[in-house]
Amino acid sequence: MSAMEAKPRVSARHAQLGLSDRDVLEMYYYIALARALDERMWVLQRAGKAMFVISGPGHEGCQVAAMWPMDKAQDWFVPFYRSIAACLVKGMTPTDILLGLFARAADPSSGGRQMPGHYGHPRVKILSTSSPVGTQYPHAVGIAYAARVRRTGEVTMVAIGDGGTSQGDVHEAMNWAGLYRLPVIFVVENNAYAISVPLHKQVAGGSIAARAAGYGFPGVVADGSDVLECYRVARDAYERAKRGEGPMLLEFQVPRLGSHSSDDQQERYRTKDEIEADRARDPLRVFGAYLESVGLLTDTVRQEIAARVRREIDQATEAAERAPLPEPASAARYVFFEGR
Amino acid sequence: MAERRYIDAINLAHHEEFARDDRVVVLGEDVGRKGGVFGATAGLLEKYGEERVIDAPLAESSIAGVAIGMAANGLLPIAEFQFADFIHPAFNQIVSEAARMRYRSNNAFGCPVVFRTPYGGSHGTALYHSQSIEAFYAHVPGIKVVAPATPYDAKGLLKSAVRDPDPVLFLEHKRMYRIVKGEVPDDDYTVPIGPAAVRREGKDLSVFAYGWMLHEALQAAETLAGEGIDAEVVDVRTLAPLDTTTILHSVAKTNRALIVYEDNRFCGYGAEIAALIAEEAFYDLDAPVIRLGGPDVPGIPFSKPLEEWFFIDRHKIADAIRRLAAL
Ligand SMILES: Cc1ncc(C[n+]2csc(CCOP(=O)(O)OP(=O)(O)O)c2C)c(N)n1
Repeated sequence: MSAMEAKPRVSARHAQLGLSDRDVLEMYYYIALARALDERMWVLQRAGKAMFVISGPGHEGCQVAAMWPMDKAQDWFVPFYRSIAACLVKGMTPTDILLGLFARAADPSSGGRQMPGHYGHPRVKILSTSSPVGTQYPHAVGIAYAARVRRTGEVTMVAIGDGGTSQGDVHEAMNWAGLYRLPVIFVVENNAYAISVPLHKQVAGGSIAARAAGYGFPGVVADGSDVLECYRVARDAYERAKRGEGPMLLEFQVPRLGSHSSDDQQERYRTKDEIEADRARDPLRVFGAYLESVGLLTDTVRQEIAARVRREIDQATEAAERAPLPEPASAARYVFFEGR
Repeated sequence: MAERRYIDAINLAHHEEFARDDRVVVLGEDVGRKGGVFGATAGLLEKYGEERVIDAPLAESSIAGVAIGMAANGLLPIAEFQFADFIHPAFNQIVSEAARMRYRSNNAFGCPVVFRTPYGGSHGTALYHSQSIEAFYAHVPGIKVVAPATPYDAKGLLKSAVRDPDPVLFLEHKRMYRIVKGEVPDDDYTVPIGPAAVRREGKDLSVFAYGWMLHEALQAAETLAGEGIDAEVVDVRTLAPLDTTTILHSVAKTNRALIVYEDNRFCGYGAEIAALIAEEAFYDLDAPVIRLGGPDVPGIPFSKPLEEWFFIDRHKIADAIRRLAAL
């Protein structure tokens, strides 16, 4: 990609953060990739080719930004069902994601056993996720504790939505992490809704980030549409964890650009104005506008990226659709360990 | 070989496994300086330090959940719950997460965690320090449930549980801790998870029991031997996966079955054994299968006469055996 070779502009915000032009264009690519994959999944669902979709339009910017400082091979990620962009940056491919959508045997998350959106991938250290929200927070703490005992230097990131933070597990986990100053980064992607229940009926006191203080570590809020700001706080959290100073809570306030899932219609409980206002905060657009303003996202580059994304998603769709379904009898396997 | 109390066998297993493999850690309430409320983890902190012997915050769901994460990242955690009654807040972590981790990830991730807890009624421990919880967990495929009744088994099964690649719920009937004694070798032996054990050979009927009920059943069998009834007593030992072979073999031999369990009778663990025998050994039976379970009240009451009313003891078991023998 020609523009990626361009010289960094020292005055630009991203350059001040130590991000190269190549970095930010690659971040933009991942956001666009996740968005396009997301849209493809909905199309497939509407076409009757997929049963169910749960995705994260609006969440991609903060996810890519938060994952950016992490070491893809070494560090751990404990996702939730909206973590599509984060999982892509961590090393899952669009094909991996679509194999899960189609419940194919080769789906790396679960071999087609779980509903779509329940990510997991041992090779890139993404822990398997379940459906009950909040349960993954203590897992991340345990992973971080093991990293400490085994002196691996791994950092663990775990993500959840705002409603999920009402769960006891989330608080128990943060208490543990604070007590033991563990290398774990708690991410909350606050889209202001838990299905139809608005934030003010979910979070007493109004702030999620403020809760971190009670657990003895910093919590910060960042605008989830401001990718560079999200990156800045995530990098701080990462460096802090690496230095052994303990956890941090990152609350990303993100727009919610879609319904909760393919079984939901947000138009029933949100006003048009509100939905419109969220659209204006779309991180793909906001970040795109920034990259344009610094001369990186020219029409040519935009088209190059769009073409790359389309090609990758078309290929992934084809490969995943063609992939075989699991053998029925394989449903009996792996209740317990079956030997090495 | 030394004669040891049940609790000391548990403690010894911890020490041996800690020494054997530095991936073994223990976490739970008061497991460190105090060495556990019953002393199961005594001496570990002094030898192995705070990193491996973790006084957890008082939050059971996270004790289970953090252990699951530790296991995902290469440790072999033993999670202690002070009383089985307080494991309920961790139910979701154990059944939705630990028991399903391997299956849901299509074998990508396992969950080698031991969840240890004292359970069952003891004098004066009442509703919230007496519960039998085995049926809740034995119901879920993906977790093994063991309930050793002897010090030998306690050490050997705990060591197997620590080395097992899957989650194991390890149930210690608290009445046994200080009363039940037995030979426990100092060497590194294990007792496999799975097989049941015939503790007393007999030809007239089979009694199936585990935990403290095994000891009461053995006493009852001795009493009845004097009355000319020869009862076989089988220690079920591993509740999940169940050793159906030993059970069916015993019924084929004696043609009568009594199942004794302290949990509430309704939908209790004994129902599974009864159903197994009904399905697989119907033509071996000379009499209906009998279950002697705890009364269906929400817990063991505190006051002595109320408690006595609840408890299943050797006398109640002997009565049930007489009833069965007469059918
Ligand atoms: C323990 C549990 N209760 C209920 C649900 C059903 N459920 C799934 S997602 C969800 C809302 C979560 O909202 P939030 O955490 O804000 O994340 P968002 O979906 O808005 O990104 C609910 C209620 C669940 N998955 N788990």
